[in-house]
Amino acid sequence: MLKIIFTEDFIRIILAAVSVMAFVGANGLVLVYMERKLAGHIQRRPGPYEVGWHGLLQPFADAGKLVGKQLFMPDGVDALLYWLAPLVSFLWVLVLFIPIPFSPSLTAYDMDLGLVLILAFAGINLLALCMAGWGSNNKWSLLGAARAVAQSVAYEIPLLLAVLAVAFASGSLNLSTVVQYQGGWPWQWNVITQPLAFVVYFICAVAETNRAPFDLPEAESELTAGFHTEYSGMAFGLFFLAEYAKMIVVCALATALFLGGWKGPLFSGVWWFLAKMYLLLFVMIWIRWTYPRVRFDQLLNINWKWLLPISLANLMATALFVKIF
Amino acid sequence: MEAAHKLQGLRDLWSLIRGLQITGDALFRRTVTVHYPRREVGNLESFRGPIELVPRPKEPLKPKCIACLLCMQTCPSSCITVVRRKAPKLAAEQTQPAAAAGDEKVKKPAAPKEPERFLYDYSLCSLCGLCAEVCPVQSICFSSDVYLVSQRREEFRMDLLAKLQEQAGAAKGSGEKTV
Repeated sequence: MLKIIFTEDFIRIILAAVSVMAFVGANGLVLVYMERKLAGHIQRRPGPYEVGWHGLLQPFADAGKLVGKQLFMPDGVDALLYWLAPLVSFLWVLVLFIPIPFSPSLTAYDMDLGLVLILAFAGINLLALCMAGWGSNNKWSLLGAARAVAQSVAYEIPLLLAVLAVAFASGSLNLSTVVQYQGGWPWQWNVITQPLAFVVYFICAVAETNRAPFDLPEAESELTAGFHTEYSGMAFGLFFLAEYAKMIVVCALATALFLGGWKGPLFSGVWWFLAKMYLLLFVMIWIRWTYPRVRFDQLLNINWKWLLPISLANLMATALFVKIF
Repeated sequence: MEAAHKLQGLRDLWSLIRGLQITGDALFRRTVTVHYPRREVGNLESFRGPIELVPRPKEPLKPKCIACLLCMQTCPSSCITVVRRKAPKLAAEQTQPAAAAGDEKVKKPAAPKEPERFLYDYSLCSLCGLCAEVCPVQSICFSSDVYLVSQRREEFRMDLLAKLQEQAGAAKGSGEKTV
């Protein structure tokens, strides 16, 4: 009986889940610090400075504060939806990390449909936003959730098409195979053969993670905090962690699909993967502190009038190219 | 026309790159924050603190103010109250004999052109500077008191004459010390 349950795969996945949790938590701390430091320096402030040397302990202080805070539930909320939403928002993150190939040996579970798995489960976060927005009994939350739905539904399509173009070119939906298909040097990466797909993917990734300039679901200046207006303490913390985890996932996916994954000019390995991933995360943060938020009609116009046709044409051209050669 | 519109779109795309250049540039430049408890802000000349009176050059205890009340009338927040000094009343002995002597007119002494009280409610002041602008003798200026803080409203109702005398005393004290 035990042998049937504790197969090698099962243990592997449990181990993966635990290490993914640790990785996401640690990355949350790193990214919070990185984001605040970069935001500060872009605005010529020092950012966090007082807690520890150059504010290095600030994320721990923040985390401690969030954990210590009361979990508050306002009157008239739908309790089930309200408490389920942060959990739903965070739990799917575990699944998303499973097919990501950090290095040949550091892949939680190498599966043939890894790409499809990620794309399918990425949609669940949207459900969590809906539940939070609807369950909170708050106008801002509801508006934020409504925006999130329109935005995510719109931007998932060009994202899918851009990713599909790469899958066509590499002939596989297995992320490890896609990385194997690329070489170590930058000109052997998919970003050279698929530049349009990369740009479209990256814009959609920023929109999918609800980050500025596409942070309409939680637009501070209009909706206080959007869908998580009513959340405090660790309930908010889980939304927060999920957002950062999602950033890591989209950047890791971009690294694997477009930037040659773990392969580098010298010493291929997990550090190349992490270096490229953090470079992309840096660009995401840089973008956030550069551009103002787009208006809602602009948001949808960018998607339906530009990204969708571009990615569609790119996919057609790729398909034609793959068929001919 | 259509083509020009498309070109404008491309130029807008370039502005996105330019924006990233600007923020990227700022990222690597020195920060301008002054870490307060360890370092203090310099150049306070342009700072607008609560207003204060400018002393006469030769009499540091008295303000330049001529009690014209223009500041009081101009202030949009009505936070200045100036009371003009009354003419000194002549003592009875001084007036009686003159009247008895049948002088044509009793010479009333002119009211001195100075304030008797100069009250200022900083909690109402919007620091617009109209009072300093309108003052014909430049008797009002902004102080550079960055660290003014209090938990009680009364602390912000200031008697500027008393403050001036305090300052003059302090300046004198410090002057003696240095000499």
